[in-house]
Amino acid sequence: MSAHGASTDRLSRFAVSPARRRRDRLARTGVLVGTAIALVPLALIVYYLLRKGLGAWSVSFFTTDPTGNTFFGGSSIGGIKSAILGTIEIVALASAISIPIGVGVAIWLVEYGRDSWLAHTVRFFVDVLTGVPSILFGLFIYIVLIIGTGSTYAGYKGSIALALLMLPIVIRSAEVILLLVPAALRESALALGAPRWRVILNVVLPTALPGMLTGVLLAVARAAGETAPLLFTAAATLKTNFNLGGFMNSLPVQIYKDVTSPTTAVVNRAWGAALTLVVMILLLNLVARLISRRSRLA
Amino acid sequence: MTPDGPAPKVADLDPDSRSELERGQQQARDASTAPPTRRITGSAAGHQPAAGSRLGSGDAGVEAKAGIAVRLEGLRAFYGEAEQVKGIDLEFRANEVTAIIGPSGCGKSTMVRCINRMHEEIPGAHAEGRVLLEDLDVYDPAVDVVAVRRAVGMVFQKPNPFPTMSIFDNVAAGPRLSSRRRGDLRQKVESALRGAGLWDEVADRLDEAGAGLSGGQQQRLCIARSLAVEPEVILMDEPCSALDPIATLKIEELIDELKQRVTIVIVTHNMQQAARVADRTAFMLDGKLVEVGPTQEIFTKPSDPRTEDYVTGKFG
Repeated sequence: MSAHGASTDRLSRFAVSPARRRRDRLARTGVLVGTAIALVPLALIVYYLLRKGLGAWSVSFFTTDPTGNTFFGGSSIGGIKSAILGTIEIVALASAISIPIGVGVAIWLVEYGRDSWLAHTVRFFVDVLTGVPSILFGLFIYIVLIIGTGSTYAGYKGSIALALLMLPIVIRSAEVILLLVPAALRESALALGAPRWRVILNVVLPTALPGMLTGVLLAVARAAGETAPLLFTAAATLKTNFNLGGFMNSLPVQIYKDVTSPTTAVVNRAWGAALTLVVMILLLNLVARLISRRSRLA
Repeated sequence: MTPDGPAPKVADLDPDSRSELERGQQQARDASTAPPTRRITGSAAGHQPAAGSRLGSGDAGVEAKAGIAVRLEGLRAFYGEAEQVKGIDLEFRANEVTAIIGPSGCGKSTMVRCINRMHEEIPGAHAEGRVLLEDLDVYDPAVDVVAVRRAVGMVFQKPNPFPTMSIFDNVAAGPRLSSRRRGDLRQKVESALRGAGLWDEVADRLDEAGAGLSGGQQQRLCIARSLAVEPEVILMDEPCSALDPIATLKIEELIDELKQRVTIVIVTHNMQQAARVADRTAFMLDGKLVEVGPTQEIFTKPSDPRTEDYVTGKFG
């Protein structure tokens, strides 16, 4: 067939050259190897956490406070109840402080500040704040609220340190999501004769809400895992404490103290606590994903 | 509706102009059912498919009865330093459809957005001159911009129903967001949806998401949304440019009905559309008004050579 002959002719002109095929294979292999290397530490962490942590888990592990008794074999060292509840309380207060402020700043930046000099300045400082090491937030609160007031450690002071840490994350993630809300939506609401605050409250925020929740929950997860800001603000205690004005235990601080203990059982408790913390954060991330999947802005 | 003279009803007119009016409406109907691909050019002037001026430019007596809904006086609009609209004087008559045509970037949309003060929502943009809504200057410092936008509604190029709201909530958004809940909201929503010709299609699924409708239905939803605020004027900024020909046709028929209730200003790139729906047409070029007149005249015997060049497709 002459048509067939012509098509093989064309095929040779359009065929992929062997050199390019080789380069393609090389690049694909490289990318795959890189991914595998990145996954190794992640897999190892999860493996060790499960192996060592699951062994420490028991019902009493979650329902009793640590006893502080680590020297006499046979007596119980206790569980991590106070640390779990302390983390939940401290992070909840930190969220209650940072989320409204952070979302407020983001709304101002996107809806009002826009390209103004002040908005640019605010954005710059928020970026700077994002890069500040977490221990500095603890140090700052230590100097201002503990040394400065001549008082002592308290759960709420840890919350404020964590809130400072969360603030830039909340602001930036909320700002990005608010910017994704189409300008046409704002325009059409404004053109209906709606005042700007109602446009923001009734049109912009509901549209942005799922996406903003994701960012907020990621900030919460980040704060829940921080040790440094709590070390010298909330201190540590053994007993479960619902008073945010007193000393308060927390998971990261408990892990920090336990892991340096010479007693094997206590070190194992650190593994159990670490696994608990990871599972809590994982659950939070899962919730964030579920919510963002329902987002209309993706 | 303008207080200074309602729209002329058929019965108000003398027999001659009545027949003229009916003829005009008949023409409009014919035109709106014509294939959308039909070209209106100078050579096609013989069969005039335009709705024509239903008031007839020569009929001064009837013209006087039609109030002026909006009057622009020396309107200039800026984006930062750049002047986009360079001094326009133009009147939009009550209960008429006025089309604004002109090449891309000539300032049509900007000019229209000045009427309900949406132009100033763009950072760095501002307008000068006067926009008179009846006899009220909407740029008067004492005037509340929110009130202006309730009186002058707007329909945008792309259908943009609120994505988080149901069909019902979309239409109810105007009365709700502007805190004017006087009267029965359900009633208002129904009459707005009827007004936009959408009621029969959505009556049994008002709770479904507005974004789930087809493009043409979404745009009619947006029209219903602006009708629910009961505006006196509706600005339409290329309302059909994102729609298929059938959806376009429906919107055009709707515009023809709506002008009984409101004054309509429609920006369009589509000259056939202007010819089909508009009573009067204004041609803009480079931020200036070149010519305005009854649609029929603009398309058949324009007084300015630039208008003729544009409507016959020599540029733009």
